[in-house]
Amino acid sequence: MIEAIGLTKRYGTTVAVDDLSFTIAPGRVTGFLGPNGAGKSTTMRMILGLDRPTSGKALIDGKSYAQLDRPLRTVGALLDAKWVHPNRSAKAHLQWLAKSNGLPDRRVGEVLDMVGLTAVAKRRAGGFSLGMSQRLGIAGALLGDPQVLLFDEPVNGLDPEGILWIRQFMQSLAAEGRTVLVSSHLLSEMAVTAQDLVVIGKGKIISQGSTTEFIEKATENSVLVRSPHLSKLGPLLVDKGYTVRNDDDGALTVVGATSDQIGDIAGANGVVLHELSPQRGSLEQAFMQLTGDSVEYHAEIGK
Amino acid sequence: MTLLAVERIKLFSTRSPWWCMALAVTLTVGMAALIAANTNDEFPLSVGVSQSFSNFGMIVIMVMAALAVTTEYRFGTIRATFLAVPGRVQALIAKTVVVAVLAGVIGEVVAFGSWGISTLIKPNADMAINSSVEWRNVAGTGLVFALSAVLAVAVGTLVRQTAGAVAILLVYALLVESLIGLIPKIGVNIQEWMPFMHANNFLTADSAALPEGAGPPRLDFPFGPWGSLAYFAAISVGLLVVALAVAKKRDA
Amino acid sequence: MDQVTLLAVERIKLFSTRSPWWCMALAMVITIGMAAVIAANTDERFPLSVPVSQGFTNFGMVVIMVMAALAVTTEYRFGTIRSTFLAAPDRVRPLLAKTTVVALLSALVGEVIAFGSWGIGRLIKPDADMALNSAAEWRNVAGTGLVFAFAAVLAVAVGILVRQTAAAVAILLVYTMLLENLIGIIPTIGPKIQRWLIGRNSDHFLTAGNESFISEGGGADQPFGPWGSLAYYAAVCVGFLVVALVVAKRRDA
Ligand SMILES: Nc1ncnc2c1ncn2[C@@H]1O[C@H](COP(=O)(O)OP(=O)(O)OP(=O)(O)O)[C@@H](O)[C@H]1O
Ligand SMILES: [Mg+2]
Repeated sequence: MIEAIGLTKRYGTTVAVDDLSFTIAPGRVTGFLGPNGAGKSTTMRMILGLDRPTSGKALIDGKSYAQLDRPLRTVGALLDAKWVHPNRSAKAHLQWLAKSNGLPDRRVGEVLDMVGLTAVAKRRAGGFSLGMSQRLGIAGALLGDPQVLLFDEPVNGLDPEGILWIRQFMQSLAAEGRTVLVSSHLLSEMAVTAQDLVVIGKGKIISQGSTTEFIEKATENSVLVRSPHLSKLGPLLVDKGYTVRNDDDGALTVVGATSDQIGDIAGANGVVLHELSPQRGSLEQAFMQLTGDSVEYHAEIGK
Repeated sequence: MTLLAVERIKLFSTRSPWWCMALAVTLTVGMAALIAANTNDEFPLSVGVSQSFSNFGMIVIMVMAALAVTTEYRFGTIRATFLAVPGRVQALIAKTVVVAVLAGVIGEVVAFGSWGISTLIKPNADMAINSSVEWRNVAGTGLVFALSAVLAVAVGTLVRQTAGAVAILLVYALLVESLIGLIPKIGVNIQEWMPFMHANNFLTADSAALPEGAGPPRLDFPFGPWGSLAYFAAISVGLLVVALAVAKKRDA
Repeated sequence: MDQVTLLAVERIKLFSTRSPWWCMALAMVITIGMAAVIAANTDERFPLSVPVSQGFTNFGMVVIMVMAALAVTTEYRFGTIRSTFLAAPDRVRPLLAKTTVVALLSALVGEVIAFGSWGIGRLIKPDADMALNSAAEWRNVAGTGLVFAFAAVLAVAVGILVRQTAAAVAILLVYTMLLENLIGIIPTIGPKIQRWLIGRNSDHFLTAGNESFISEGGGADQPFGPWGSLAYYAAVCVGFLVVALVVAKRRDA
């Protein structure tokens, strides 16, 4: 279990993480979601005792990271696959990690097998492709057979096969009863990986709960209406309390009503309909909508 | 103990320490051979003369020691280290100990290697190590190398950047300490308190062997040779303590 | 891209990072500051003179060499050298442009340091004989920029050849500050080799005919006169650059 209690981090005047509190339960994959610069990596570094919180604290199974004895046996983390000396072999990298936490040398071979790097174990890590580096990072995280795992954007830059592999891997780790926290800025990725979501923007909590719940809540259900009598239908729908938007191409988007309800109103008032189609907003749109105000860097499109 | 083993694995599983060690030993001992081969009646070979290139080895070993820390910061492995060993002070002390012991061993190899090769080349020269001054001059090299390595690890930990740490160490040890002597009157008084001057005093005090002008400036040191070593040690360890306190406080 | 554009590009690259600013500030502040300390401590027995005011310039020079080496090695480290070569595929011209920019900047810093050290000496001891009234004194002060510029060329060349910051900085500093002196220890042949080392020659260029309590005024048995020494020094530095450019052109970026 991972707990954050009022976690805050300031770098000079930037508030990277702002009073975050959440609990990550075991046995599930929890997605840690937020746009670029939201503070995901900073939060993870504070959970792992690398960065000192300005205030608040993070606990792993009730203890701070520094209080853990042989921490790799409790927590495994992949924050950055490049945290390896490029001239050191994959095996040597894992050997010193294993040694530092009193793990037997054979464990190195086991995790190398698990991630499929046995054949290249003696090659220098600097020559690894991104996917191989990522696997080496995961091997390091698994070394102590920990109950708690943290992954920071583990699928960044991976090919579809690699993404699938990591996804299934994290799910199997959670199925074994471990706590798995994985960060990402892609909701679509998290939708298929994580059962729970902690969503942050500009360092603040936006939402916390199950993934399906989040998607349902977040995805706006709207109906697209085309009709020669829109000027008559529009006010009728507004009277019923639905939100109505005029689209550029002469259609209406109605939010909050089902297509049945709109059809009934149209029929009762003798309005001819040319189109009545329910729209389901994409996950990406939902995410944009929720984090819209809290995106750190806005791209100016088409200007 | 495990931490020492960890740092040993880390150090020896990269290439730069091997390069530095090889360079320090071969170049220093090689130059000692060249010096010995060129000694003659006018410039006779002696124990002190055989050691006159050991500063080169020391500088290379300091670069190695600084790199042992700064490369960890550069490649982010310091974070992997602190994840494995959250007690940062312990981890860094273990690293310092491993690097210092290695530096000490290299120092002895360099010193006795230089002495040995000189003896081989000029078997008739008076190369017997039979005074405490001579013993200090040769066997003391390891101690000076080890303490210089401690100093370099401390600077590396504080600065974290390879270029910065290496430049600071080398410019300070090789240039600043001697340039300070240019300041009229007070220059020498300051020099008498500078750490590498003391390291040199420890190695060469009372040894008349160096030709005039070749050795370090003859200063009026406040301590005798062993006092100088203690002073050098105090400064190196003091700087290490500061570095450890800083590393403990700041974000990794 | 024409050479003028390349120079502009290299100027932007250099000044948009922090380390050159740090190095320049450090070189100027410490060197001139130490010149002030030296001047303040001179008296009748150790009188201030033009060469004494220049006693610390070597410090500035090594800092500038570090800056010059970093200008190349950081490009290799961060991979921006590849972007540079993509923008100007014949490699030699962008590297020449970089060398030119770095050398000019180093020359400027050298002049600031030399005249700054001289000026602060004059301010502190207005009665000292600090007039620049001989060719040797002019050479001692105004020549510093030339020496700095070629030192930077050498540092860029070593940076290109070695590509690694730590190695390039260590090689340059250990050579200039340690090896050149230690070579002199070798009996009989040591001093003969030393006469041909570049640092000796650049020193000879600056200090010949400028004796003071800090120096004898140039090596008596140098093979060349002061300007010959400068030419020799420049030739070696440029020679290294040519080798470096050939190597950079041939190998994979
Ligand atoms: N060491 C630091 N010094 C100053 N600012 C920092 C530092 N680390 C992070 N920040 C700032 O804190 C904020 C959060 O950064 P963080 O890396 O945690 O975001 P993130 O959610 O991981 O983003 P991404 O999805 O891009 O990885 C950013 O505005 C960043 O600029
Ligand atoms: Mg991040």
